[in-house]
Amino acid sequence: MNENDTTDHGTSTSLVPASDAGTERLPASLIRGVDQFENPGLPPHVHRAADDDPAAAKRAERQVATMFGLSMLATLVFLVSYFAIPDEATFFFPGIGIAKTQNVVLGLSLGFAIFLIGIGAVHWAKTLMSDEEIVEERHEQASTPEQRAKAVAVVNEGVASTQLNRRPLLKYSLGGALGLFALPLGLQVAGSLGPTNIEELKHTIWDPKDNGGKPIRLMRDPEMTPIRFDEVTFGSVFHVMPETLQKYIDEGKHVLEAKAKAAVILIRLDPDLIKVQKAKDWGVDGAVAYSKICTHVGCAVGLYEQQTHHLLCPCHQSTFDLTEDCAVIFGPAKRPLPQLKITVDDAGYLVAPSGFAEPVGPSFWERAR
Amino acid sequence: MSTINETRPADALRSGDRQADERASATKPLGGIAGWMDDRLGGAKGVSFLAKKVFPDHWSFMLGEIAMYSMIVCLLTGAFLTFWFVPSASQVVYDGSYVPLQGVTMSDAYRSTLGISFDIRGGLLIRQIHHWAALIFVVSVFVHMARVFFTGAFRKPREINWVFGTILSLLACIEGFAGYSLPDDLLSGTGIRAMNGFIQSAPVIGSYLSYFIFGGAFPGEAIIPRLYSAHVLLIPAILVGLFTAHILLVFLHKHTQFPGPGRTNKNVVGYPLLPVYIAKAGGFFFIVFGVIALISAVVTINPIWAYGPYDPSPITAGSQPDWYMGFADGALRLLPGFLEFETFGFTWSMNIFPGSLVLLPLMWTIIGVYPFVEAWVTGDKREHHLLDRPRNAPTRTAIGIAGISMYVVLFLAAGNDLMAIKLHLSINDITQTLRVLFFVAPPIAFWITKRICLSLQRADRQKVLHGRETGTIWRHADGRFEEIHAPLTPDERWVLVQHEAHEPLELTAGKDANGVDSPIAGKERLRAKFSNFYFRDRVAPATPSELEAAHHEHDDHAAVPDGGHEAIEPAGASQERETIKADKQHG
Ligand code: HEM
Ligand code: FES
Repeated sequence: MNENDTTDHGTSTSLVPASDAGTERLPASLIRGVDQFENPGLPPHVHRAADDDPAAAKRAERQVATMFGLSMLATLVFLVSYFAIPDEATFFFPGIGIAKTQNVVLGLSLGFAIFLIGIGAVHWAKTLMSDEEIVEERHEQASTPEQRAKAVAVVNEGVASTQLNRRPLLKYSLGGALGLFALPLGLQVAGSLGPTNIEELKHTIWDPKDNGGKPIRLMRDPEMTPIRFDEVTFGSVFHVMPETLQKYIDEGKHVLEAKAKAAVILIRLDPDLIKVQKAKDWGVDGAVAYSKICTHVGCAVGLYEQQTHHLLCPCHQSTFDLTEDCAVIFGPAKRPLPQLKITVDDAGYLVAPSGFAEPVGPSFWERAR
Repeated sequence: MSTINETRPADALRSGDRQADERASATKPLGGIAGWMDDRLGGAKGVSFLAKKVFPDHWSFMLGEIAMYSMIVCLLTGAFLTFWFVPSASQVVYDGSYVPLQGVTMSDAYRSTLGISFDIRGGLLIRQIHHWAALIFVVSVFVHMARVFFTGAFRKPREINWVFGTILSLLACIEGFAGYSLPDDLLSGTGIRAMNGFIQSAPVIGSYLSYFIFGGAFPGEAIIPRLYSAHVLLIPAILVGLFTAHILLVFLHKHTQFPGPGRTNKNVVGYPLLPVYIAKAGGFFFIVFGVIALISAVVTINPIWAYGPYDPSPITAGSQPDWYMGFADGALRLLPGFLEFETFGFTWSMNIFPGSLVLLPLMWTIIGVYPFVEAWVTGDKREHHLLDRPRNAPTRTAIGIAGISMYVVLFLAAGNDLMAIKLHLSINDITQTLRVLFFVAPPIAFWITKRICLSLQRADRQKVLHGRETGTIWRHADGRFEEIHAPLTPDERWVLVQHEAHEPLELTAGKDANGVDSPIAGKERLRAKFSNFYFRDRVAPATPSELEAAHHEHDDHAAVPDGGHEAIEPAGASQERETIKADKQHG
């Protein structure tokens, strides 16, 4: 018998290996010792230089000690540089560029201080410590049948003493109590994590109701200055926020939540290029405004290609065609960017009279409801 | 030493006392603190056992160690970072020493991260070490996993440890993502924004989940503190707990070893824990830590000051997650938009959901159950402590490479924009190609890998039967040239012949007692099919009688028919061996 053949021969009952009629339950190809090579056994141990030659051993000792010594030196460099190097010092690191002196010196000295200890220890182990391999026997992982039987007996005895089997009432009431007690904990977390507000999810601060029913001016982002229509030359691009955002900025509250859905991009192109009548109608002489929040997973879409009139999302490259009412022409997004209807008010500023006609940003379950 | 002393009775007496002392201390050699501890803990019993515990040596066993050490470095530096990091999304105006951002409104989290980078001496170094250690941690976990897979180290009795490992690797990725999101810079904020999109894509509960997790509308002020408690408390606690169990199981099972002379399934050959393994492994911790520190000293990673604070409206060109999330990002780029649809006004974001919320759990489930599938297919219920050389398990190796090729396609997809720019190709073409490759690459990779494994096995046979090529060319008297082949030593040969070559299981009792197909039979038929898939192509290891025969061939100087007869043996076709066995039985 060879050592590769362990004691447990269990295989399935209805399947047997192809080349074996069944005296052995192991596939014939796995039975060793028939016509197979024998394990030649452990090769003899070969001595190293330092095992026999005191001079070599001495040399190894010196090498290890040198590394430990250099490590101490590096630690010293760290300690001194920590105090000596001013925070703002920089220098030119060849191949890397301008680097913060403190970071580089502290890092290199710390790195070498640690690294050299490791190298020293490994070198020590390799040259001086015994390199004679030793053999440990393995034992089958499973307990012996007796041990198993004893374990079963002990457990059964314990269970019997609880009388669980004889008293089903105890069993079921305990089960019920244990099962239910997890509920309060689960409920506390699930119930208190966050109030859900689907209406809020669909809402943006371009809604005129947020402005007392009045049309909302388009403002430059981040300057928050209104945009006169006559400043919007052909081919120009504006990053836009609603006038209503100012209130949030002033209060310093929920600015990012508001911005996260309100970001808009305004572009003016030759009106004849716009192929969709609705898109033309919702704009002003080729100036059109679209939500900047990608309908894929919500990155800011804002890479505008002047020649092709494409808007590109930097996250997963969804590409929206401005001439086609921002329909998706490439990438993983499905829906076009929602358009914001704009007009010019009496003072000549661009305004949005009616907000978005649909929810902006990534899809969600109730989006179309 | 004491011939002189013997003549002086008083001294002899005293030296006798000393001997008595020594005898006393020989029976109770543990003194001082160690003795005090042992009196209370009885640890000495375990020490002798532990100190002689054997660890086999192989470079690939260090991969798990790298994971362990970089995790420790993460824990250590992470604890430092908590002293200065402020996990808060409340808005403040920056007044630190980084001039370009002075006066900018930002979250406290971002401000404090800038503070660690510029105003805390050595803080930038700790941040860099933490980030580099995290990256090396996740890389080494995956490479370690690959080593365990390709060597079959997951087989009985180590399946549980494989499952622990699977969970560990998933947690490592989530932990990394949570950490990456904390500084609230433009890049990490964009990552969270995308995460919100993922969550919202879940059918039915998406919007609720998003509001739960963000504590209201995105981004809100809750997500940073919540990610923080996950990143510094929740996940590390599970990670460390599972990791401890993982290592205890390695101790319990004793490490596997590669086949070699003297190494069997019933022993472990290697170095004792004390001192060699401790010195090497302990030294290796310092090497890993040191190298991470050296990298951190010179290679800047995640320079958050260059990105600015998170704001939903600016554009982040070329935004990319940390590498280990790359494959999920790639999946999102490959899923075509048309997969989204509506029924009864409800939106099914099938262009997002599969790549974001389904992919990770699915992948990890497949990885986690693999050992059980393979065990079922092989019907092999024995313990395995000798590792497979990957070539000797061609189908498993091929499955692994096929899986990796799928992963690589997704990973490349995450860089489709970079490839387009660097290679001057159209991003549409690249994406289309990758979409096709996602389905085509795995079967091709599978086929090629399997062929390579089989040829390597055949080469092994050649080597055993005809010896090692020496590079010396011999010219015969009749003008023929022949390369001299040196015979292998038994030690060299053993590595090449020790393995088992499974044969497919064959169905014998497909019907139950009444001749009716039982449900079991159906399952068994499936199993036979799988078994056939796994083991149809097999190259049996060379046997002594084959070697004998090869010697005769050489002696006869017959033209050596290299390669010919060692073709793949189909199931049950190992005729020679069958005959030999039969002979033995008769004799
Ligand atoms: C937190 C991440 C992990 C750490 C720190 C870790 C650490 C280790 C260490 C130090 C060893 C012993 C040395 C070695 O064989 O490399 C080991 C063994 C092992 N690991 Fe991991 N590991 C991790 C993740 C994983 C993963 C993801 C898997 C697979 C899904 C895995 C499966 C195994 C198995 C089966 C063994 C036993 C190997 C043998 O005895 O040959 N581990 N691990
Ligand atoms: S978020 Fe715009 S393409 Fe994914």
